[in-house]
Amino acid sequence: MLRLIQHLQEFKLQKIRTMKKRITLFVFALLLGLSTVAQAQVAVQADTLYTMEGDKIVNGIVLITNDKIEAVGSASQIEIPSDYETHQASVVTPGLVDAHSVVGLAGIYNRDDDQDQLETSDPIQPELRAIDAYNAREQLVKFVLDKGVTTTHTGHGPGALASGQTMIAKTPYNTVEDALVDSATTVAFTLGSTVGRYFDSPGTSAKGIAMLRQKFIDAQEYLEKRQADDPDKRPAKDLKMEAMADVLNGELTALITAQRSNDIMSALRLQEEFGFDMILDGAAEAYLLLDEIKKAGVPVIIHPTMVRTYGATQNASFTTASKLAEAGIPFAFQSGFESYVPKTRIILYEAAIATSYGLEREKALYALTKAPAEILGISNRVGSLAEGKDADLVLFDGDPLEYTTHISSVIVDGKVVKEKE
Amino acid sequence: MKRLIRLSLLLIFLLPIMSVAQPTKVFKGAKIIPISSEPIANGVLVTKGDKIVAVGSEGEVEIPSNAKEFDVSGKVIMPGLVDSHSHIGDGDGGDRSAALHPDARIIDSIDPHSETFKKALAGGVTTVNVMPGSGHLMSGQTAYLKLRNADKIEEMLFVDDPQNKIAGGLKMANGTNSIGDPPFPGTRAKSASMVRELFIKAQAYKEKVEQANGDPEKMPKRDVGMDALVEVLDGERIVHYHTHRHYDILTAIRLAEEFGFRMVLHHVSEAWKIADEIAEADFPASIIVLDAPGGKPEATDIRYENGAVLEEAGVTVGYHTDASITDTRLFLRSGAFGVRAGMSRDAALKALTIQNAKMMDLQDRVGTLEAGKDADFIVLSGDPLSVYTKVEQTWVEGIKRFDYSNPKDRKYSTGGYDVFRGSAHNHHGDK
Repeated sequence: MLRLIQHLQEFKLQKIRTMKKRITLFVFALLLGLSTVAQAQVAVQADTLYTMEGDKIVNGIVLITNDKIEAVGSASQIEIPSDYETHQASVVTPGLVDAHSVVGLAGIYNRDDDQDQLETSDPIQPELRAIDAYNAREQLVKFVLDKGVTTTHTGHGPGALASGQTMIAKTPYNTVEDALVDSATTVAFTLGSTVGRYFDSPGTSAKGIAMLRQKFIDAQEYLEKRQADDPDKRPAKDLKMEAMADVLNGELTALITAQRSNDIMSALRLQEEFGFDMILDGAAEAYLLLDEIKKAGVPVIIHPTMVRTYGATQNASFTTASKLAEAGIPFAFQSGFESYVPKTRIILYEAAIATSYGLEREKALYALTKAPAEILGISNRVGSLAEGKDADLVLFDGDPLEYTTHISSVIVDGKVVKEKE
Repeated sequence: MKRLIRLSLLLIFLLPIMSVAQPTKVFKGAKIIPISSEPIANGVLVTKGDKIVAVGSEGEVEIPSNAKEFDVSGKVIMPGLVDSHSHIGDGDGGDRSAALHPDARIIDSIDPHSETFKKALAGGVTTVNVMPGSGHLMSGQTAYLKLRNADKIEEMLFVDDPQNKIAGGLKMANGTNSIGDPPFPGTRAKSASMVRELFIKAQAYKEKVEQANGDPEKMPKRDVGMDALVEVLDGERIVHYHTHRHYDILTAIRLAEEFGFRMVLHHVSEAWKIADEIAEADFPASIIVLDAPGGKPEATDIRYENGAVLEEAGVTVGYHTDASITDTRLFLRSGAFGVRAGMSRDAALKALTIQNAKMMDLQDRVGTLEAGKDADFIVLSGDPLSVYTKVEQTWVEGIKRFDYSNPKDRKYSTGGYDVFRGSAHNHHGDK
């Protein structure tokens, strides 16, 4: 800040006297502005407020101090202090949480030099960290922010048996360090014949499962040896084994992309055999296995509703999200991975189509906010509006799911990061 | 006199048969959006056979006594949607042997039973410009199709004799789409040069044909590709030009002006940068809505505002699906996104119907609900631009081709197990 003032002062000296006054005023205003930012107090008034912590509130108020929510309630309970910067909107929701994306790794240009979501030198590379590849300034990260995504679970994409790790980031920041909510969240696994498109082996689904089982068994042995009393008998540190062991001991969740019903069953079988924490991802044919998925107790990050109906997702249905909801299976929406145009999807629109095909509107909003936060283990910070949580909000000028509604602003960590669509 | 009696008897005998063949249907109670005029709150649509005979408000329209009545109270009726750029039908076009294929006809490759047609009907689409390609400077001849129930492609065309009548346009492309290893051009300038060389040849061919004046001795050796290009030079076959970047759009305009061909600009992701130039050149634009930009370098600057900016500039603008780039089941949402970004409602609805019809010279047949036009219309559950609205029925030439209430049809709207058998692949190549 000091440097900025010096710069402005140098600038001032070069200007004619009439300008001087104006610039002095500007510097004064700037300082005043900075001091208020240091103790930002913001109020948001919504005609309809979805907190995701109970029923929607008609004429609701959210008070924010710095980066956290100070209070949430109805206008009859909360008075907006006069010195708060106030924003008004028709509808307000928590910042959207994209349950699974590749933004920041799979870039907008779709050229070799901006595609870091899949490394094809080996089909099993759980040691690859998302934080070492995430481009916080990637245009698509900012694009999804404009569409209400304040938190994204992103990282290595589908395509390898184990393509690498995922992470959780807030979207407005310009470095991975500033953006991080969680540096290592899951290891991304893919089952099914799509893996064969990128690797000579596995060339089949069965071979893929055999290779993964062997690797998990190796990791079990590695874990056991790591506990040896005699340090000489402990194995040399192996990054691949460390990552697999982290999945086995619950440090990392297994995010298993499986679209076909047989691949979904393979995923459940693996989970049963090795007992890891698991999220079922994609699940295009989940409607065939609702009982099995429910019994296994795994949450689902459902494929984008509008995913193209070819290849592994050939049998995808617009109605799957509503069927998961009816079955009581926890699920969340994702933007997913796109190999061509468009390079990412927008979870708000994916939820909208699911809603027009039978999903209740409030359940759709839940699957965009609190549900992904819970599935990803970050609901203490994001996904709902309550005292002490991160001040991440999306302001709409109408029904959030309607095509013609605009996002009027997005607030992340108490700061307005986007205004007017 | 005897003859007259015989004739009247014949007529009396034939009349009932004629009315069976040409049944009259009346749709009452819906809000009708004719596109050609203001919406009618309590509308009546009367069709006879494959044509519309009347559109108007209740009480104003005469209802024939023998008509079959359909109560569509609370619904919205608008024209069947017209998609000016699609790849449904599992067709192909030119191969990789050359960059220019004026000879290749997509009608020689389309599968009339393709479930992609059912998918389009589920989205309310009734007329489509099906495009060959892409990936060439000239991918081949397009086909203007009506989504009738058909076993052979001839039954889907707008012309009765595709061997001798023009059944579609000509698909061209520039920018990176058609750049590649030889025989494809390596640069933009080379791309334009190859197109110019071909059209100069076509001009010479056309001149020889004209000079021959019907004398077979003097006719040039027949060339099917040149025949198509002569139709382009004569303004009978419209060029549909895939082009994204602002300077590629200007190149397409430069070529069209040099050779005087009629052209529709397609995709035009960066049209918003040069909307005034497009308006000045007076070429219509068929545009697409992508949920997010990117996926290829040329589409990184696409904007939702494209439609609004082009409307403002006075360009004839239509939306297309480029199926399966966007989903034909959800074609209506393109118009909604146009409105979201500032387009007028009126222009957005026209961009899904009549403007696209104009781009295929089909404005007298489809695109609005007017007496004398084809009885192509859709019954919607509500406002066409709302996400909650469903296409409930799709009628093509007086025949119901899609009905959401029938599970056999509904599955083409929802998708599900074994509904789509993988034909909705990405024609642009899955990179």
